[in-house]
Amino acid sequence: MSNEAVLHTGTGEVIHDTHHDGHHDHHQSFISKYVFSQDHKMIAKQFLITGMVWAVLGGLMSVLFRLQLGYPDQSFPILETVLGKHWAPGGHISPEAYYALVTTHGTVLVFFVLTAGLSGTFANFLIPLQVGARDMASPFLNMLSYWFFFAASVVMLSSIFVQTGPFSGGWTAYPPLSALRDASPGSKTGMDLWLIAMALFVVSSLLGGLNYISTILNMRTKGMSMTRLPLTIWALFFTAILGVLSFPVLLSGFILLIFDRNFGTSFYLSDIFLTSTNKALPNEGGSAILYQHLFWFLGHPEVYIIILPSMGLVSEIMSTNARKPIFGYIAMVGSLFAIAVLAFLVWAHHMFVTGLNPFLGSVFVLLTLLIAVPSAIKVFNWLTTLWRGNIRFTPGMLFSIGFVSMFISGGLTGIWLGNSALDVHLHDTYFIIAHFHIVMGVASMFGMFAGIYHWYPKMYGRYMNNTLGYVHFWITIAGAYLIFWPMHYEGLAGMPRRYYDYSIWESFKQFIDLNRFISTVALIVFAAQFLFLFNFFYSIWKGRKLRTPNPWDSNTLEWTTPIHAGHGNWPGEIPEVHRWAYDYGKDGKDFIPQNVPVGADESQH
Amino acid sequence: MDMAVSNQQKSGRIHPHKFTLWVAMGSIVMMFAGLTSAYVVRRSQANWLEFSLPNIFIASTIVILFSSLTIHLALKSFKAREMQRYRTLIAITAFLGVLFAVLQFIGFTDLHKQGVQLFGQGSNPSASFLGIITGLHVLHVIGGVIALLVIFFGAFFSKTKIYSPTSLEIVATYWHFVDILWIYLFVFFTWIR
Repeated sequence: MSNEAVLHTGTGEVIHDTHHDGHHDHHQSFISKYVFSQDHKMIAKQFLITGMVWAVLGGLMSVLFRLQLGYPDQSFPILETVLGKHWAPGGHISPEAYYALVTTHGTVLVFFVLTAGLSGTFANFLIPLQVGARDMASPFLNMLSYWFFFAASVVMLSSIFVQTGPFSGGWTAYPPLSALRDASPGSKTGMDLWLIAMALFVVSSLLGGLNYISTILNMRTKGMSMTRLPLTIWALFFTAILGVLSFPVLLSGFILLIFDRNFGTSFYLSDIFLTSTNKALPNEGGSAILYQHLFWFLGHPEVYIIILPSMGLVSEIMSTNARKPIFGYIAMVGSLFAIAVLAFLVWAHHMFVTGLNPFLGSVFVLLTLLIAVPSAIKVFNWLTTLWRGNIRFTPGMLFSIGFVSMFISGGLTGIWLGNSALDVHLHDTYFIIAHFHIVMGVASMFGMFAGIYHWYPKMYGRYMNNTLGYVHFWITIAGAYLIFWPMHYEGLAGMPRRYYDYSIWESFKQFIDLNRFISTVALIVFAAQFLFLFNFFYSIWKGRKLRTPNPWDSNTLEWTTPIHAGHGNWPGEIPEVHRWAYDYGKDGKDFIPQNVPVGADESQH
Repeated sequence: MDMAVSNQQKSGRIHPHKFTLWVAMGSIVMMFAGLTSAYVVRRSQANWLEFSLPNIFIASTIVILFSSLTIHLALKSFKAREMQRYRTLIAITAFLGVLFAVLQFIGFTDLHKQGVQLFGQGSNPSASFLGIITGLHVLHVIGGVIALLVIFFGAFFSKTKIYSPTSLEIVATYWHFVDILWIYLFVFFTWIR
C-alpha cells in the first residue's frame, strides 16, 4: 500500500500541461465561452439557468390555476389584463386555459425542470470533476445535448402563444385527446408543438445520457475504482442508464402517436364519434391502452430519473456536513441499483384501473411494494449518517435533511397507492397529487436546492447568502407540507384531480376553505422562491468571495481544482485517487481528501 | 498492489467514443424492442390483417449482409493502408446501403399494389406497424451511410493524414449493428407473425 506514494510520478509534466490549458483558455471568444461552450462546467450552468427559467414559469402556472381552485367565484381583473380576453375573460381563468396551464405545468416541471434542469446541471457539472476527468467523453455531443434542450424549450414556450393554446390533455398526453385535432382546442397546433418539443427533448436526454455513462465508465482518473466513486456519481450513473433505456420507448410511443395524428393510422384509435364535428371517425382496431403501456414504460423510470440525482446529491452533502462517513456505502449503491432495476418492472401500477388483468395487477403490486425495501435502506442510511454527527447546518444541509423528510412522508403514501385495491379508490384523486408532489416533486426540488447551495462556491467562486438561504428553506418546507398534506384528506374523500371548479359539487363543497388555504400558501411559497432567485443572481457578482478552494472541508476531487477552474479543470496533472470519498473523522483527522495517499499510520478502510 | 490493477484497467480500456456507440446501440435496441412488443401486444387483439412479406425483402436482406462484409474488408484494407482498395470498398458499402433503402421502398410499393395499405384511411395497424418499424430501420441505415460518407470525404479535406482507424471502426460497428437489427426484424416479421 505504502508504495503508491513512490509510484506517484509525472510531476515533470505539470508545466507542459499548464501551458497547454492556458493556451486553450486565452483564445476563447465570448461565443465559444458562454454560448456554444464545450466546457462541461459552462454547459451545466446553461442547463441550470434554463431550468430555473422554466421552474419560474411552471411555478407561475401552478399559482394561476391554484387561484382558480382556491377562489373559483372571485374575479381578478389583472388576469384579463395579463392573459387577455381569450384566456381569462372577466378576470376568470377559462376552462381551456385551466387545462392548458395544468398540462404545461406538469410537462415543464417533470421534463424541463426536474430532468434537464436537475440531472442536466449536476451530471454535467459533477461527473468530470468528481471522477477526475478534463471534460466529458464527447464535449461536442454534450454541447449538442444542451442546444437540443434549448430548441425543445423554445418550441414548448412558443406553444403557449399560439391562438388555440398549448396542449391541454394532461402531461401524459393520452390519446384520443392527444391524437385528434378536433378533440379540444389544445389538441390542434399546441399538440403539434408539444410533440416536436418532446422529441427534441428526448434527443437531448439521450445525447446527455450517453455521455454521462461513457464518461463515468471510461474517463475515471488513476486509482478511481468504481467503489471509490462518490455516491453522486453512482446516482447520476443509474439515472443516465434509466434515461438511455426508457426514453427511446417513449419516442417510439410518440412516433406511433404522430402517425395517428397526421397519417391516418389507427394504433391508438378505434370506434370514435366526435361531438365537436358531429362525425364518426373511420379509425378501427386501435387501442388507447397501448399508448399507456409505452408511455408508462418510460413514465415510471422517469420518476426515478427525477429522484435518483437528488438522492446522490443529498448523500454527498449529508456526509460532508455531518462530518461522518456515509453509513453503508455499498448498501447505498446496491439500493440505487435495485431501484433502477425495479423502475422497469412496475409501470403498470399507473394502469390498475384500465381493466388490467387482476392477476397481472397483483404481480405489479408485489413488484411495486418491493421498492419500499431499497427506499427504506436509503432512508435508514441517511438517518444513521446524521446520527451522532457533528452537523453543520448550512442551507445545503438543511435542504438535504428536508429532502429525507419529504421522501419519508411521500414514500409512505406510495405503499398505499401501490396496492391495487386501494388504488381503485385513490386513483386520479388529490391523494395521488399529494403523493407524487411530495415524494417526487418537492423532494427532488429540495435535492436540487441542496445541490445548488452546496456547489455554488465551485460554480461561481462565491458564496450564496446564508440568511436568505435559511429563510428560503423554512418557508419552503413549511409551505410544502401545508400545501400537500391537506390534499391527502381531499383525496381520501374522493375529490378527483383535474376538475375545473369543485364548488359546484355537493360532495366537495366542504373543501372550499381548505382549497383557499392551499392556494394562499402556494402563493406565499412561490413568492419565497424569489428570495432564492435574488440570492442566486446577486451572489454571482456580489456574493462573498471564496478564499479557499475547499470551503466545506470536503473530500471529493472537485475541491482540489482552483477556485476558478478553466476548461480542463486541473491546471497541472489530474490528481490520483487513493481512497474512497468518505474519510471523515478518521484516525482523529476531520477529513482526508481522496487524493491524499494512504499513510503508514492509518487504520484500514 | 492496487496500482497494478488500475494500470491494467487503464490500458485495456475501450475508446470513449466506441463505448458511447455501444450505449447508443443499447438505446436503439430499446426503441425497437418497444415497437416490436407493442406489435406483439396489438397482434393478440381483434382486427388484425394477415398478409405475407414482400419477396424483395429477401433480396434486401442479402444486400445488407453483403454490405457488412464489404465494410469489414474496407476496415481491414484501411488498417493495411491499401487506400485504393479501401476507397472502392467504402464506395460499394455506401452504394449497398442506398440500394437496401431502395429495395425496402420497392417492397412497400409491392404491398401497396397487393392492396395492403400502410398508412392513411383504411389502413390496418398490422401494416402500419410494418411500415413504421422498417421505415425507422431504413432511417438508421441512411444515418450509417451519411456517417460513412462524412468520414470518407472528411479525409480529403483534412490537412493531416489520418492513420487512426477509430472513427471508421465506430461506423463499421454501427453498420454491423443495423445489419443485425434488420436480421432480427426480418426473422421477427417472418416467424413471429
